[in-house]
Amino acid sequence: MAVVPAAAAPVIVTGAAAPSQSSLERMRRRRRGIRSLSAYLLVLPAAAFYFFFVLRPIALSAQYSLYEWNGIGPATWVGLENYVEVFSNPKLVGSILNAFELILYFSVIPVAIALFAANMIRAIATSRLAGVSRTVLFLPQVIPLVAAGIMWSWLLSTDGLVNQLLRLVGLGGLTRAWLGDFDTALPAVGMIGAWVLVGLCLVLILAGMTKVDPALYEAARIDGAGPVREFFAITLPGVRQEVAVCVTVTVIAALASFDIIYITTQGGPGDSTLVPGLQIFYLAFYERNIGTASAFAIVLMCLVLIVVLPLQRILRGKES
Amino acid sequence: MIVPAREKWTGRILLIILMLVTVVPFISLFVTALHEPGTYPRGLEWPETPHWDNFAVAFQAANMWALLGSSALIELAVVPTAVIIATLAGFALGHLKPRGGQIVFVLFVLGLTLPFEGIITPLYFQIRELGILNTRWAIILPLIGLFMPFAVMWMRAHFVTMPTELSEAARVDGATTWQLFWRIHMPLSAPALSSLAILLFLWTWNQFLLAIVLVNDPEKRTMAGALGAFQGQYGTDIPLLCAGSLLILTPTLIIFLIFQRQFVTALMQGSLKG
Repeated sequence: MAVVPAAAAPVIVTGAAAPSQSSLERMRRRRRGIRSLSAYLLVLPAAAFYFFFVLRPIALSAQYSLYEWNGIGPATWVGLENYVEVFSNPKLVGSILNAFELILYFSVIPVAIALFAANMIRAIATSRLAGVSRTVLFLPQVIPLVAAGIMWSWLLSTDGLVNQLLRLVGLGGLTRAWLGDFDTALPAVGMIGAWVLVGLCLVLILAGMTKVDPALYEAARIDGAGPVREFFAITLPGVRQEVAVCVTVTVIAALASFDIIYITTQGGPGDSTLVPGLQIFYLAFYERNIGTASAFAIVLMCLVLIVVLPLQRILRGKES
Repeated sequence: MIVPAREKWTGRILLIILMLVTVVPFISLFVTALHEPGTYPRGLEWPETPHWDNFAVAFQAANMWALLGSSALIELAVVPTAVIIATLAGFALGHLKPRGGQIVFVLFVLGLTLPFEGIITPLYFQIRELGILNTRWAIILPLIGLFMPFAVMWMRAHFVTMPTELSEAARVDGATTWQLFWRIHMPLSAPALSSLAILLFLWTWNQFLLAIVLVNDPEKRTMAGALGAFQGQYGTDIPLLCAGSLLILTPTLIIFLIFQRQFVTALMQGSLKG
């Protein structure tokens, strides 16, 4: 290859004299500055919507949370009193505890079922049945949660299908109005959430499994590993990232649940299915207690972050 | 791969059971909708005389044309706007990489886990101040803002993978930033754009909380919000309620069945990225 003399390097000469080193640098910097500026112009519309309808309301929530206000009259400064209320009023604390119990139904159960089922289905992943099931199991994800709520209120009612099936198999003694019973309302609401979320988790985890090298499974079988060993040694580590995603999505769904509960039980009977989302709604728009509603909203946002952020580390760890 | 037949069959049976559990509620809804209005039908029993006219009655009672029209208007305002402005921002942050862009992006990502209940109270007052309470704008404008964290992240993730050589070549040919975006990158982004549009369509259609808080009139709400009102009105007439619910969820089912491949892929990628 010929050695190109330095002088022959392409230099775009504008004007009579070639620009000096420093002015070239300045030009480049200016061009970058202009590009940065035009980039920010492109970000502006999105940022404006985001600022005005998300960031500003969050800031306002924080502000309202320090006042006692009925939404109409003058507001009185009360400092952190609303937060004390959130953590000392048994009704409000109870709704937080309910939300954490819902994690069991919205998150733990769907992820466990999905992991178990996906492990079984892996073997037939290429069959037609697997393809059809992908569509069918996704159906609950597509319909409004409100519709799921209406459907299941009917299924779980005294005359509903669930009770009829129980009678059919001779468990008539168990029948009850599942959503109207103090002991079963929260689990019943939770099972609706599980019904909605199982399909999503299953499809995600199955997708994760396709990335696991089949040779690993063969090796494990040859080494004499049973299905259980195989699951814990190969499958579970292989889908770690997908499981973290499932847990993230479903935990947020549990802590921020609103639609299903509003439609099926409205928080009742008593306060047995009251959750933070519903409580904020009642406090703000029925009891006109804007301060406590806002403090509760801030607490809810923090709770979600506290529970979800550690999961993000699992996701990051895998990517890098 | 060699898998014992017994495991294969357990897998099949399990899958079928899961599918049954998923589908039976839909079937129960359908069968119940065919019973005589005002009765309490028994589970999965096919009625002696199927009342197909329940659907027509519910269609009338729910004022379906108005609801469909309203939801369509909201979708038309939300989805294209949100997709376009998120694409602009994603292009800028992912491809032009301005100084300080990382900080702006982190600011957007912060909103990803936000429960809508967290800001519904101040949003109500803000919308009231703007004087658009009880209009469709009360749903449209906040939804665009609330979708931004996800939408910007989605589009940025797409533009980050686009080769810089492409843009450099266009620049050498004298393309401005705008031409670069509009003529080169937009046509190449069709798959990412359509997936995002599908997701936003679904989330808008199913949005409930904003609809019931910010708009009183069910005929100016999203479909999910309207369904909530329908339940309030016809909650005691089970067959009619079931028929109405079916009517209201049919449009999403149809769209889902048409675009199912894109739907599943988009929702999967969506949750993986989120």
